[in-house]
Amino acid sequence: MANPYLSIKGIRKTFGKFVALTSIDIDIKKNEFICLLGPSGCGKTTLLRILAGLEQPTDGRIFVGGRDITALPPAKRNFGMMFQSYALFPNLTAAQNIAYGLQAKKLSKKEVQEKVQEVLALIDLEHIRDKYPSQLSGGQQQRVALARAIALSPDFLLLDEPLSALDAKVRLKLRRELRNLHEKIGITTIMVTHDQEEALTMADRIVVMNNAEVVQVGTPQEVYQKPNSPFVADFVGAINFLEPSVFSGHAKGEDRLLAIRPENIHLMEPEAEYSQKAIVQDMEFRGSFYRVTLQLTSEQDGILPHLVTMDLPVGQTHRLGLSRDKRVAFEMPIESLISFDQAAVAKKTGSDQR
Amino acid sequence: MSTRTVRQKMGRDELIQKILITGIVIVLFISVLMPLGDLFSRAFLDESGQYIGFSNFVHYFATPALVQSFTNTLYVSGITTIISVAMAFLYAFALTRTDMRGKTFFRYAAMLPLFAPTMMHGIALTYLFGNQGILTTGFFGLLPGFEMELYGPLGIIISEVIYTFPQAYLIMAVSLAFADYNLYEAAETMGASRLRQFLTVTLPNVKYGLVSAIFVCFTLSFTDFGAPKVVGGQFNVLATDIYKQVIGQQNTTMGATVGIILILPAILAFIVDRIVERKQNSAVTAKSTPYKITPRRWRDHAFFAYCSLITASIFIMLGTVVFASLVKVWPYDLSMTLTHFDFTKVAGEGMQPFWNSLLVAFYSAVAGTVITFVNAYIIEKTRFLKGMRQVGYFLSILPLALPGLVIGLAYIFFFNHPDNPLNWIYGTVLILVIANIVHFYAVPFITATTALKKLDKEFELASESMGVPFYITFLRVTVPMSLPAILEIAVYYFINSMVTISAVVFLYSADFKLASVSIVNMDDAGDVAAAAAMSVLIVATNIVVRIVYEIGTRKVRKKTEAWQKR
Repeated sequence: MANPYLSIKGIRKTFGKFVALTSIDIDIKKNEFICLLGPSGCGKTTLLRILAGLEQPTDGRIFVGGRDITALPPAKRNFGMMFQSYALFPNLTAAQNIAYGLQAKKLSKKEVQEKVQEVLALIDLEHIRDKYPSQLSGGQQQRVALARAIALSPDFLLLDEPLSALDAKVRLKLRRELRNLHEKIGITTIMVTHDQEEALTMADRIVVMNNAEVVQVGTPQEVYQKPNSPFVADFVGAINFLEPSVFSGHAKGEDRLLAIRPENIHLMEPEAEYSQKAIVQDMEFRGSFYRVTLQLTSEQDGILPHLVTMDLPVGQTHRLGLSRDKRVAFEMPIESLISFDQAAVAKKTGSDQR
Repeated sequence: MSTRTVRQKMGRDELIQKILITGIVIVLFISVLMPLGDLFSRAFLDESGQYIGFSNFVHYFATPALVQSFTNTLYVSGITTIISVAMAFLYAFALTRTDMRGKTFFRYAAMLPLFAPTMMHGIALTYLFGNQGILTTGFFGLLPGFEMELYGPLGIIISEVIYTFPQAYLIMAVSLAFADYNLYEAAETMGASRLRQFLTVTLPNVKYGLVSAIFVCFTLSFTDFGAPKVVGGQFNVLATDIYKQVIGQQNTTMGATVGIILILPAILAFIVDRIVERKQNSAVTAKSTPYKITPRRWRDHAFFAYCSLITASIFIMLGTVVFASLVKVWPYDLSMTLTHFDFTKVAGEGMQPFWNSLLVAFYSAVAGTVITFVNAYIIEKTRFLKGMRQVGYFLSILPLALPGLVIGLAYIFFFNHPDNPLNWIYGTVLILVIANIVHFYAVPFITATTALKKLDKEFELASESMGVPFYITFLRVTVPMSLPAILEIAVYYFINSMVTISAVVFLYSADFKLASVSIVNMDDAGDVAAAAAMSVLIVATNIVVRIVYEIGTRKVRKKTEAWQKR
């Protein structure tokens, strides 16, 4: 990448014999929103703590705007951080919370007040400036926490699972708010999350991590549509892994693993010569669609030991009168197939749900 | 890229915190571990510093008189423990699991004995059951009299039961308050009877609390000095032995030996308590539902009667002492007078000991609270020098295992040693304050740690990320948020410093006596009415302090509760 703003170079961290991070390299552009995504224990939080200076890397360097900050203690790094719990000081009002870091700098009272006012206006919360955190809604608390983090005009912003403490409905709303605010402020942001949906909806680019390593870096679309390994395919969204024998009719590379997302499988009515046949084994109602599990059958209608799941709109499901044990025909469009070579398959580490 | 590891430069916070942690460990080392080491060395070394193994203990157990007081102590503490824990269990059960009336009153009433020096329980018994006691003389001749052998095991046991009852009650109440109601509903659906539910759900649930209460009661009565001193008569116990060995016969070696024997049940209790603590934490999960009390008339009435009986006994004891302190010449002239509160004509040397006690209690409360809270904060909330912080934590809860007498004894050995550079504090007010702080340190430390654990651990990280020094956040956020706990700690130090005798009895100097010491002296000299009057002053002071605290902190507590609401 030409002129990265924040550069993580060869960061390695070990705790005794345990390797938390194996030589991580990530380049981040100015004003980019990056999500560190991975299962728990993959090292994403350790990496965030190293960026904050709360943890020392065993090896490697961190550069921000060309400046090596690896040796700096947290207080000298000029970053903002928002915590899982928000960590708003309960005995201080919203305005006092925002002013907290400013007061430690050599600023006049007036300058502090002006800055607080400016930030409050930015997050659209001037009316709650004298309220205590316990009097604020979850969303307001989050915005105050963000305001506090950005009040010091930091070089970069670190978000540690900022939405995980909230319930599903609020989470959706705040996801959007956080993203909008980022667009408004345009500050380089690194967010840690284990929620793939959160990463897909919010990030400019996603860094997928697993087992102390970076597995894939890419835009949400790239990561979802072109996962570089079975692990990423599986961790981000739902996926069917297919044995090559399923495609007896097709000429496909023997040593490649194929996969397809449930929404890309289509039922065929009437069936075509090339369509696959199956029996509906299970139907799971998901509100806007059904997730249907299909048991594959051979040309002679013998049951094959393969299961495939597909997503089917509710309307279509009802129109077809789909029910358990019904025989169906479906197709898996070649352009929707994802294929992995052996090297990518070898990356399928950790997550072993399949 | 270079493969050389880059080390983070030490920030200002890191430096200050590391210095503080190291300082705390050093101070704890000097004030807790080294005096204790001195005590041990005296028991296991001879005069020339040669290791003599257990020969002191062999000598001890070969002396029939000393063995007698050892078995006496075991007997007294054993009986006390059984009675006190059983009574406290029922009392706590009544307050947590029944629908009786007057719970708030009973809750406070059970705490009353904590406000009194243990000598006072003995004095109360003297006035009730002694030779001229109210009950012995049948209300001064109005009713047929009633004789009992008060001076000896009986008197000690009754005093110790009253002394240990509030402690056992507090432990049992906490233990009984945590219960998973789902278990009772499950038992109910399976048709288990009330008795079966009690035996299979309630008892297993509180078993750790019971164990803990048993050890605490045993240790307290095993090491108590005040009550045996007043009502022990010729019945010797370890605590009075130590006093006689060290103060009477200047036999420090035997004093140290008895001190070690005295510490054993406390150390055992300490270990058990650590284990229990760990187990109890995992017993109740977030999924548990709190116990729902269903009214049941006969049970509620029976427990109300029981609690009334207990609190009546407590009030009678207290009332008797107040009455005795006001009576002109017991039992011949029952007219009221305040002359006993003029301590100038008796062995107590006027009001001065009372003022001294107030001063020491005040210093102990202020210094103790600051030290305890800062220590707990540094140990709980900082992230450097983990090993040192663990040592600091251990040394902070270790005083739980140290009876006051042992601390007092260890302190004279350690600080009175001519080669000790800290020798100058011996005989000063300072050593009394330090001994009190160390003696009572563990409980406030745990209170502070618990309060700090409730605060978001990300506060420190948040302030660090904003470049705000930790001590500013400590003063602006941590202290205001923990104010209720801090005040609670101050009151705890104050009240305990007012009533304590065990540690300070070895450490006070002739020109700076304490109220509790003067009670013992006056009682020894036969000025029992004056001793009663001094006890009344102490209790009254403590009750006033507690009431002021309750009223004064109501606002603070409301405020912090509002902050903590989520």
